[in-house]
Amino acid sequence: MNSGIPLQYFLILATVMFFTGVYGFLTRRNLITILMSVELILNSVNINFMAFNRFLYPNKLEGMFFSLFIIAVAASEAAVAIAIIINIYRRFTTINVEDVNEMKF
Amino acid sequence: MINFSYTIWILLLPFLMFLLLGLAGHKLKAKLSGLLGTFGLGIITFLSYLTAYKYFFTSEKIDGAFQKITALNFTWLQFTDKLHIDMGVLLDPISVMMLIVVTTVSFMVHIYSLGYMKGEKGFERFYSFLSLFSFSMLGLVLATNIFQMYIFWELVGVSSFLLIGFYYQKPSAVRASKKAFIVTRFADLGFLIGILILSFNTKTFDFISLTNPSGAAISQGSSIGFLGLSVMTWSMIFVFLGGAGKSAMFPFHIWLPDAMEGPTPVSALIHAATMVVAGVYLVARMFPIYAISAPVALDVVAYVGAFTSLFAAVIACTQTDIKRVLAYSTMSQIGYMMLALGVAKYGGETGLGYMASMFHLFTHAMFKALLFLGAGAIIHSVHSNYMTDMGGLRKYLPITHITFLIACLTISGIPPFSGFFSKDEILAAAFQSNKFLFAVEYAVAGITAFYMFRIYFSIFWGKDTQYQHTPHEAPATMTIPLIILAIGAAVSGFIPFNKLVTSDGKILETGINLVIAIPSVLIGLLGIGIAYIMYRRESTIPDKLAAMFKYSYKWAYNKFYIDELYLFVTKKIIFRYIAVPVAWFDRHVVDATMNTIASVTQGVSFRIRGFQSGQLQKYAFVFITGAIMLAVLFIYLWK
Repeated sequence: MNSGIPLQYFLILATVMFFTGVYGFLTRRNLITILMSVELILNSVNINFMAFNRFLYPNKLEGMFFSLFIIAVAASEAAVAIAIIINIYRRFTTINVEDVNEMKF
Repeated sequence: MINFSYTIWILLLPFLMFLLLGLAGHKLKAKLSGLLGTFGLGIITFLSYLTAYKYFFTSEKIDGAFQKITALNFTWLQFTDKLHIDMGVLLDPISVMMLIVVTTVSFMVHIYSLGYMKGEKGFERFYSFLSLFSFSMLGLVLATNIFQMYIFWELVGVSSFLLIGFYYQKPSAVRASKKAFIVTRFADLGFLIGILILSFNTKTFDFISLTNPSGAAISQGSSIGFLGLSVMTWSMIFVFLGGAGKSAMFPFHIWLPDAMEGPTPVSALIHAATMVVAGVYLVARMFPIYAISAPVALDVVAYVGAFTSLFAAVIACTQTDIKRVLAYSTMSQIGYMMLALGVAKYGGETGLGYMASMFHLFTHAMFKALLFLGAGAIIHSVHSNYMTDMGGLRKYLPITHITFLIACLTISGIPPFSGFFSKDEILAAAFQSNKFLFAVEYAVAGITAFYMFRIYFSIFWGKDTQYQHTPHEAPATMTIPLIILAIGAAVSGFIPFNKLVTSDGKILETGINLVIAIPSVLIGLLGIGIAYIMYRRESTIPDKLAAMFKYSYKWAYNKFYIDELYLFVTKKIIFRYIAVPVAWFDRHVVDATMNTIASVTQGVSFRIRGFQSGQLQKYAFVFITGAIMLAVLFIYLWK
């Protein structure tokens, strides 16, 4: 069991994915891309959950259930977010996030 | 025991009428709402007469004395077991008598107003206010306890305010209504304090237990003293302050002449016959307490009454606005009633003044309402309040002339009209107890006759004024009340008041006292004679006299500058030394604190509002930076 890929590899992968997501979230101007970045962040967390579950508590299943929940929530979140984005497009005829800035003082 | 529970309708009907006319009046035709109001009051008048008949002629007497009957009583506000405020209907000789006075005069005024107020804007509003007034006045009269009386007392004040300010587009009317309200309200503060002191010491509001001459309430409290007077005396003096405010006694009299800005029927109803005698009624209501445990307060009543009657009579001789003359005359006559109460004692022969006061209240209501309504008819046809614009009107207004003459003879105390009888009783009562007060009242009787016939001669005789429009007699709706009241004023002197309304409810033996009656008639005739010489024809005597007594005339003409004194005290002293500093403190300390808080908040938020840019990613950046900083903090600095 303990032969194979060590824990650090999983964590490094998850970290890279996480910060890629954060970077994309902060720099991309397209709302769809921002949404994709959010999905990246969520999935990196999933990897962490799975890895820790596998390596620290091999006889328990909490981490796996958590990941399943996150996947379900992420799916519905994507549906809602895309609905919002479509509405934003109808309203502003753009999905550039810099042009959608009416909510201010 | 006769059932009097229907008397609740005497209170409910005018209130319902007020609601109906006040809420739905503008949807009805003006004439219909007037007729409705009059009809409603007709029913109440009928009920009142029925009550009076049943009370005086069929109710049981104990030891030959009329009993106080609580027709109805229920707890209105229950605070604790002992402290509760009741509402109810109390019948005793004076309240039943006041029922007759109020409903009769009010009914006459309702009919009269159908003609007088015809075509006025707000006709139905006028009638709804009249109903409100009737309701509150009847509630005051029938109150079973002093707190109920106080509540209705204030309601009467409000309806008086509303009716004086009926022509609310006229600045003088607005000023007058404000003045009346503030002055009486100020006096009512005294009334409230009096009630509180009284009830604190006697532990009751109820009139029957308060005024039971052998009851516990009267004997309590008289032992406790303050500044040399017993607590009961103090409370009675304070209660009298309230009465003095409503009854326009000196020094609270300043509102009454100005109140004449209201429509004339209102002056007749409120400011002559009913509301202004509420003070007299109040003192009469509390009379056993005054007489038994607060004789000093009763002396105050007597002297204030006597002074006011003289003071007002002198001013009345110089005024030229007929309604104002009548207003001062009212003050003078109420002074008479107060004086009569003040010289009376409880029970038996010495209670003559009490009966005389109530008698005079009754006859005064009749003849003064008649005088005002007559004045209204004159003003209606001449379109002026000033007697300088009038003269020789007897040819044009025959009915008004005759009824006005009857009223003038009545107030001057000429037999066989009613004023003679009631004034005679008052003078007799004063003669019995205090010769000085008697002398004052005797002089006032002469002055009264003089100023009444002064206006009578100047209006109906005197110079033949040329009128732009020929004056015409008033319509029947106005003359019929005049005729009815004239009959009332003429014959009400024959009502046996000594058998009906006395201080202890028992029969009081009285008769015409020739030693007093003959001189009082003579001085009345003398006053009429002087007025005849001076005003029967156009003459220069009045002007010469005025020039001769230049300064005293000027003082009296300007009402002895009491109004100016009030203005001086309020404006120069109270406003400058109290109101202005308080306003400064309010503006510069209280308001300033709040304003500083507000402006600091505003300034700060103005500076930081740029953070809310609407840029989603800026927010996300700040959020993530913050999250990372927190993470670093927890990892490295959290021990």
